[in-house]
Amino acid sequence: MGNKQTVFTHEQLETYQDNPFRQRIAQVFSEDGDGHMTLDNFLDMFSVMSEMAPRDLKAYYAFKIYDFNNDGYICAWDLEQTVTKLTRGELSAEEVSLVCEKVLDEADGDHDGRLSLEDFQNMILRAPDFLSTFHIRI
Amino acid sequence: MAQPLNFVLNVAETPEDHGQEPSPYDESEVHDSFHQLIQEQSQWVAEEGLELQQREPGAGGPETSGSGQQALPGPEDALVHSTATLRILASMPSRTIGRSRGAVICQYYNRSVRLRRRVSRPELKGVGRSARPSLRLYDLELDPAALQEEEKRFLLVKELQGLPVAQRDHMLRGMPLGLAEKRCLREESQTPTGKQRGRQGPRGLFPCCGRLRDACVLALHSLGLGLLAGLHALRPWRYALKQIGGQFGSSVLSYFLFLKTLLAFNALLLLPLLAFIVGVQAAFPPPAPPGSAPSFTGLELLTGGGRFTHTVMYYGYYSNSTLNQPCAPPLAGGQCSREAAGLPYSMPLAYLFTVGLAFFITCITLVYSMSHSFGESYRVGSTSGVHAVTVFCSWDHKVTQRRASRLQHDNIRTHLKELLAEWQRRRGSRSACGRLRWVAVRGLVWLLSLGTTLGCTVAVYAFSELMIKSPVSAEQEGALLALPVVVCLLNLGAPYLFRCLAALERHDSPVLEVYVAVCRNLILKMVILGILCYHWLGRRVGALKDQCWENFVGQELYRLVVLDFIFVLLDTLFGELVWRLISEKQLKRREKPEFDIAGNVLELIYGQTLTWLGVLFSPLLPAIQIVKLLLVFYVKKTSLMANCQAPRRPWLASHMSTVFITLLCFPSFLGAAIFLCFAVWRVKPSSTCGPFRNLDSMYEAGKVWVRHLEEAGPRVSWLPWVHRYLVENTFPVYLVSALLLAVIYLHIQVVKGQRRVICLLKEQISNEGEDKVFLINKLHSVYERKERSSPVGTDASPGLSSPSRLELEGGQPGLPSARTHCCAVYPHRVDNL
Repeated sequence: MGNKQTVFTHEQLETYQDNPFRQRIAQVFSEDGDGHMTLDNFLDMFSVMSEMAPRDLKAYYAFKIYDFNNDGYICAWDLEQTVTKLTRGELSAEEVSLVCEKVLDEADGDHDGRLSLEDFQNMILRAPDFLSTFHIRI
Repeated sequence: MAQPLNFVLNVAETPEDHGQEPSPYDESEVHDSFHQLIQEQSQWVAEEGLELQQREPGAGGPETSGSGQQALPGPEDALVHSTATLRILASMPSRTIGRSRGAVICQYYNRSVRLRRRVSRPELKGVGRSARPSLRLYDLELDPAALQEEEKRFLLVKELQGLPVAQRDHMLRGMPLGLAEKRCLREESQTPTGKQRGRQGPRGLFPCCGRLRDACVLALHSLGLGLLAGLHALRPWRYALKQIGGQFGSSVLSYFLFLKTLLAFNALLLLPLLAFIVGVQAAFPPPAPPGSAPSFTGLELLTGGGRFTHTVMYYGYYSNSTLNQPCAPPLAGGQCSREAAGLPYSMPLAYLFTVGLAFFITCITLVYSMSHSFGESYRVGSTSGVHAVTVFCSWDHKVTQRRASRLQHDNIRTHLKELLAEWQRRRGSRSACGRLRWVAVRGLVWLLSLGTTLGCTVAVYAFSELMIKSPVSAEQEGALLALPVVVCLLNLGAPYLFRCLAALERHDSPVLEVYVAVCRNLILKMVILGILCYHWLGRRVGALKDQCWENFVGQELYRLVVLDFIFVLLDTLFGELVWRLISEKQLKRREKPEFDIAGNVLELIYGQTLTWLGVLFSPLLPAIQIVKLLLVFYVKKTSLMANCQAPRRPWLASHMSTVFITLLCFPSFLGAAIFLCFAVWRVKPSSTCGPFRNLDSMYEAGKVWVRHLEEAGPRVSWLPWVHRYLVENTFPVYLVSALLLAVIYLHIQVVKGQRRVICLLKEQISNEGEDKVFLINKLHSVYERKERSSPVGTDASPGLSSPSRLELEGGQPGLPSARTHCCAVYPHRVDNL
């Protein structure tokens, strides 16, 4: 990281990592869901986020990351959380809800008001850029 | 599905009713998440209020729900399903997949069984359009005793052992389990005798052999993996690309990846040329021309002439005879003196065939990578679903730097705002006057752009005619640089003019803007190259009748390549560095100039076209192009890091990569191939130099050889037969074209059929969703009726006087076209029904 510290304070780590989904990634890949990863979890995470991971595997974990309340579906609340995190809260509430509505319109196949894993995977198939954005270079 | 719906709210029992029965708030009974979901929904319902129409108690007949509704009565009422319903819902198969390891293993076991039986596509014979046959077709696992996780795992391992290795690895890689578990599964499935080894006491020799063999296989496997990892680490510029990706994102990275691809193409082109032409001729140099070779001045590096003229660099150096002939031609009518023992090597034939082979390999590689890239980036229906794709796929996890992440946030926000604005604008229509103005502005800008292109073309043509009319003597070789300088200046200046013109027309979608800019620049470059090709093959051949016109053309192309590099450097210097300095110091803006991805990629394509055009006349041109690309990489990278920022507009990286490689294939490579074919078939080679000097066309070398083989007799080779009946005859060409057309037509029909299948499957999914909601509601009503009739729940609820139940009634009875889910109605989704 450029300096010679060996122990970093929480604030320093927070400023270094600017991925808005960093907490969710840690929660999804940790064993007990609280963000503390063992070495195996760490390897899992980099294995999934590498170039060689197949699309379905990435889609599966991306789904889990975006499912903030861990109920197995991405509902409107999850979508609102995602959009807010993506835009750092700079969109108005009305715009956020409009975006969520359009997303549900586009991706919800069985019209139950939320995205299941299959809906999500179907939508990912239509996004060829997913493989290159859901990727961390080592 | 805009059927009018009526909503009736159930003022349900309060939680105290379920005294003895375990309540849904009892966490040990129900799945955790469902409990949370219920809590959230009840909070919402209480806080936000559902916009529903309250039904009269006992009144019949559906009323249409318009947009005006009344709020939910009372915040204390909560929606509660019975616990039995919730328990059933919690154990639905779709809920458990992805939640537990056992379910994942079970799912993959089923998948591998299906794979083994090779049932890959769902059968369509039951998919009707009028009825709802889906549940009948569904192969429900009706055995009530679900297999234990261990058993399922054992079965999965057995299935994996039955699969071929590649498929097994592919399946293991795709399983969403932890790495440790996948490793265990792989080990278990690799050793088929693993389970039986313990029982093999009396077998003696067999365990040792088996173990040794396994150890060897594993060792080889790990060696292979180690090599692969080593190769992976040896990839050139791995750290530089990571740096660029981290700071600027995938969009700018795509330019550098394209550069790497071009390097690979040039290396592929250079290898056969080096091996079969340059190397051989360098080993057997031709006799030196009369007169001393000119001394080396620095100007040769720019003009390619002078000292470099009579070297392996150009066509004129190559001999037109057979090298390394065992019997040298008799000098004074004497005997055959054996000069060397070895293979006779016919230079003209080698030249023709090697250039042809190199082009053929390049063509195959280009088409393959283009189709591969197209397959990756194009999807049926990929134009719809823009919002979903933006929300879920646009955050680039590669970006690690703080400033770059902030830029990404800004870009995504802007993109979302633009999408919303576009959607709202599409709802409002444009007036006739506005449309007319839109068309007029665009027409004018296109007219101006094409006019600029025409002007540039005429300028190049006029200048080239001028150069022919005033021939340059040997001392004034620097004057030969005039035409390439003019061409490069025009190529540099016209895109800036196009950018100014494009500022006049305001495009709705930024992607369209990029396409239009790429189109205009491409037209300019290709037209200028076309004029130059005409100038060389049409006019220069005639003008340089007794001299080596091929050398001249080769040198012209060398000059163009070198000057293109110099102008790229100048453009980087002025376009990026100076602009940044000006914008920071003078204009006091914090923004750095954007890295123009499209313009830079087109520059690379132009340079590669020049190389391909020049390969026939200057076999070492790909080597010069390689050196140029290496230098350009470092220059661009340095300038990017110091001076630029990532583009603000969204950039569909994989889509644009496909577009660029298509552009590399179609106008660029195709044009070069046409030029090559014309030069080989139609133009008479010069009679003073080169390997084809006494022939009428370069292709004739091949014909002469075939005739030679024919004279030697039919037993020598089948090649003359092939040549006469397949190459010179036109019938096979027609046959092959007809076959290709038939194959293309077949593929088009297959794609059409697949599109229809997708529509049908989408409808099926939608029907399944409706079925599910219908069943849930039915279940709920059944259990409710059961609870009502049972003695426990009847005496404890005084608040049940106004039973407005949450029911879903469609416009037609018996067809609940519901758009809700089981526990709540989403407020904002009621409106658009």
